[in-house]
Amino acid sequence: MLQAHVPPHADPGNVTPEPARAGIDVQINGEHFHHTGDPDMPLLWYLRDVLKLDGTRYGGEHGEGGADLVLVNGKARSAITLPMHKLTGHPITTVEGLAQADGSLHPLQQAFVDEDAIGCGYCTSGWLIASMDLLHRHRDPSDSDIDTLPNLCRCGCQTRVRRAIKRAAAAMKGAKA
Amino acid sequence: MSEQIALSRRGFLKVLAGAAGALVVGVPFAAMADAPIPPGFLGDTLYGMGTYVRIDTDGNVVIGARDPDTGTGVATSLPRIIADELDADWSRVSVVSLGLGVTNNNGAPSWTYGHQLGGTGSSIPAAWNDLRQAGALARWLLLQAGAQTLGVSADRLRCEKGMVIAPDGRRVGYGALATAAAQISPPKNPPAPKTPDRYTLIGQPAGDVDARRIVAGQTPYTLDHHFGDAVVAVLAHCPWRDGQLKSIDTTATLAVKGVQKVVQLKPDPKRPPGQTPIAPAVAVVADSTWAALQGRRQLKIEWQPGPSGSESSAALEQQAAALLDSKASADKTPPTTRVRDDGDVDKAGKHAARRLEATYHQPWLAHATAETMCCMARIDKDHAHLIVPTQAPQRAWAVVQSLTGLTPDQIEINVPRVGGGYGRRLDHDYVAEAVIVAKSVNKPVRLLWTRDEDMSHDWYRPASTHRISAVIDHHRHVIAWDQKLASASALVGRGVPDDRLWTSELEAGQIPAGLVPNYRSDWYNLASALPRGPHRGMPQLTNAFAVESFIDELAHLLRENPLDTKLRLLGEARQVPLQGGGTLDIGRLRNVLSLVADRIDWKQNWLRSVNGLGIACWHIGGAYVAHAVEVSLKGNTLGIERAVCAVDVGRVINPKGLEGQIAGATLDALGTALNLAITFKNGQPQQHDWKDYPLASMAQLPDDVEVITVPGDNRPPTGASFLAMPSAAPALANAVFRVSAVRVRRLPLMKELLRLL
Repeated sequence: MLQAHVPPHADPGNVTPEPARAGIDVQINGEHFHHTGDPDMPLLWYLRDVLKLDGTRYGGEHGEGGADLVLVNGKARSAITLPMHKLTGHPITTVEGLAQADGSLHPLQQAFVDEDAIGCGYCTSGWLIASMDLLHRHRDPSDSDIDTLPNLCRCGCQTRVRRAIKRAAAAMKGAKA
Repeated sequence: MSEQIALSRRGFLKVLAGAAGALVVGVPFAAMADAPIPPGFLGDTLYGMGTYVRIDTDGNVVIGARDPDTGTGVATSLPRIIADELDADWSRVSVVSLGLGVTNNNGAPSWTYGHQLGGTGSSIPAAWNDLRQAGALARWLLLQAGAQTLGVSADRLRCEKGMVIAPDGRRVGYGALATAAAQISPPKNPPAPKTPDRYTLIGQPAGDVDARRIVAGQTPYTLDHHFGDAVVAVLAHCPWRDGQLKSIDTTATLAVKGVQKVVQLKPDPKRPPGQTPIAPAVAVVADSTWAALQGRRQLKIEWQPGPSGSESSAALEQQAAALLDSKASADKTPPTTRVRDDGDVDKAGKHAARRLEATYHQPWLAHATAETMCCMARIDKDHAHLIVPTQAPQRAWAVVQSLTGLTPDQIEINVPRVGGGYGRRLDHDYVAEAVIVAKSVNKPVRLLWTRDEDMSHDWYRPASTHRISAVIDHHRHVIAWDQKLASASALVGRGVPDDRLWTSELEAGQIPAGLVPNYRSDWYNLASALPRGPHRGMPQLTNAFAVESFIDELAHLLRENPLDTKLRLLGEARQVPLQGGGTLDIGRLRNVLSLVADRIDWKQNWLRSVNGLGIACWHIGGAYVAHAVEVSLKGNTLGIERAVCAVDVGRVINPKGLEGQIAGATLDALGTALNLAITFKNGQPQQHDWKDYPLASMAQLPDDVEVITVPGDNRPPTGASFLAMPSAAPALANAVFRVSAVRVRRLPLMKELLRLL
């Protein structure tokens, strides 16, 4: 992003543009960050190693399993498949950014708590992100909509997640009405 | 900080005055209790004190959870056992995960918290025996202090939700009594635990204590911790455990920005598996995960196979079949073992009206934990600090101790919440690796296994081939049952004598042992150098699939409703002694079967439904389980329409937690049976990722698991973490038979069903 810097009283015909700033600007959970490392670094490692936002977790090299999902422009994407250089101008939300500003839980998070939709909990963040994406697209998701969630879980939290999504959809509908 | 220490002479419970007047009650090991404890050791932090309960002067209660929680809910259920005895107000209880409790007893470890083992079904029974005491003693002390404060004798007071209450209604909170209670000497005899009619938390539903933090992304797993100056290590392992490094070129790796060093690791053949690296390996050490991963990609390595390099799972299966076919199988010299021989199976064959024989094959399985193997290790000259995702911190300690030579109290092991265990984390090869790398680079290390390393370097659940034959007399009774199992024991190389290698593969008391007059079970040793180890639900999982499928086949042969055949085989409600202790309560087993049958309306639906219904049951360690499953088949698409599971675990500590465990284990077992297999070619696993080893998708699994819990209030609680696994897969296969007339005798089920359809 190139910005002209105009000092006061300068001759308008003699403006030197400020050199392009090295690095990548990203917006994560509403905050602005500037990445100066390898532009090919996947977002996952930027979140975890640099920002210490550890709620997004490593599940595999290709993102299968869904432990590393984040919202990019509101859509669930695997953070390990997203190089930093592609992210400028695309706001990102991680699990840490789901709660309201006052720290109270989003209805979806609350529904996960109420339904105890947690096994070992390692990939719960990913389930929440995928469910959030689903609820953006379907305010009242059907069972077959819920069937499209990409997440994998050996603890077997799937039936409880299903209940939690329905509970959240009902709560969110109530809140908007 | 108070240095007042009141020590129980009983050598069991101890009471301490913590900082700022808190009352602290713990359960140290007997050996510790009478030993002088340096006051400095009794810091304010719960981690250092070997304690379970702390009551602060503001009335807040902190309870320690000692067993690793791998998703089994013990971080919730164990503290609730204590809190109930204490009559604590659960809303004011916070739970902290206790790290490993170890002190130095002349160089030997002394385990401060007793039992510290997760995911093996032993946490709750162990806690029932000792943790209740901690709560009961704290409550007794508070009552005595309350008596002083209220001027009423202790036996006229009662406790409720963090309050001591007098008959006239006056009340005082635990917080106000904590300081005084800490000065009271414990009684000579331990206070009796509550009678069950006074339980307020036990038996009531509670959500996971970590839930709120987990959904906010705030519960730290191992690598969510940060040592300020740690380097990252990722590994490339040799494809063969018994192979070796042939050549390596690290030039390109070391040229990657951020890569610091390449470290070679070798398993120590003198150490048992799980205490040394799982295979020869190369660790790329870098200042960030990204740099380490890029560096690993640039490695040029050639590995050389060892003897296991010629093995394949297909060849092993053929060997198993040949072994079961051959008459030479009469040889019962260990490790091959005749596990049980009741009556005379061969003679009974002479009275045969009908016979049935079937062979079942079940594949190798990986643990496939959500969180791959990882570890954080800081190894200094006189101190080691590790953060370990383990099911068995005491075993992790032994690995660290043997590799560092430090004294017991110089080793600090924290166990955060763990991203799944299933038996994988009873072994600690990855801990050994972290220690070796940390020592080699002389810096703290974050060690991470990538998914492909994790899936292709595991202590796998071995494959099994079961052959069962039964003899049925003219009265349709099963009069003889002959069961042969060929497998490569998971215990080989783990210090188990040859004549006990069968114990990981088979149980002497499994259904229908003791129910059929002539019963025989043989285990055939299959030699293999492929890596294997403990796995969730072993050995019940494979045996239940074979046995409960076979009973369904018997029903078909006899043209009976399978539920009737099953109940007839079980016989009247009675106690059947199990070999090796304990009894099988036929009444309780029949009951769980009836419960699932009623719920799924078996009588109506088994015959009439267009869908297929299947049923199965099993028992593990005094707990009972049954599943009924309903499936639909449309073209090549199998749908699990309903899954019902009934369990009888004795007393239920946390019904909500139990339901989660039962539903979860049911889904795990169904998904595993549907999709999963590890195969070996040239000694190498062919699966490296979720694509090759596809855990079940939401669409494949049932929308709900209907869990029925038998109230078992007069019986002690049993563990439940894998109780619901064994009967799920055979119920599924039996339902598939009903809907398709295809008998699946080989797992994974979907592949075999599509082959046979």
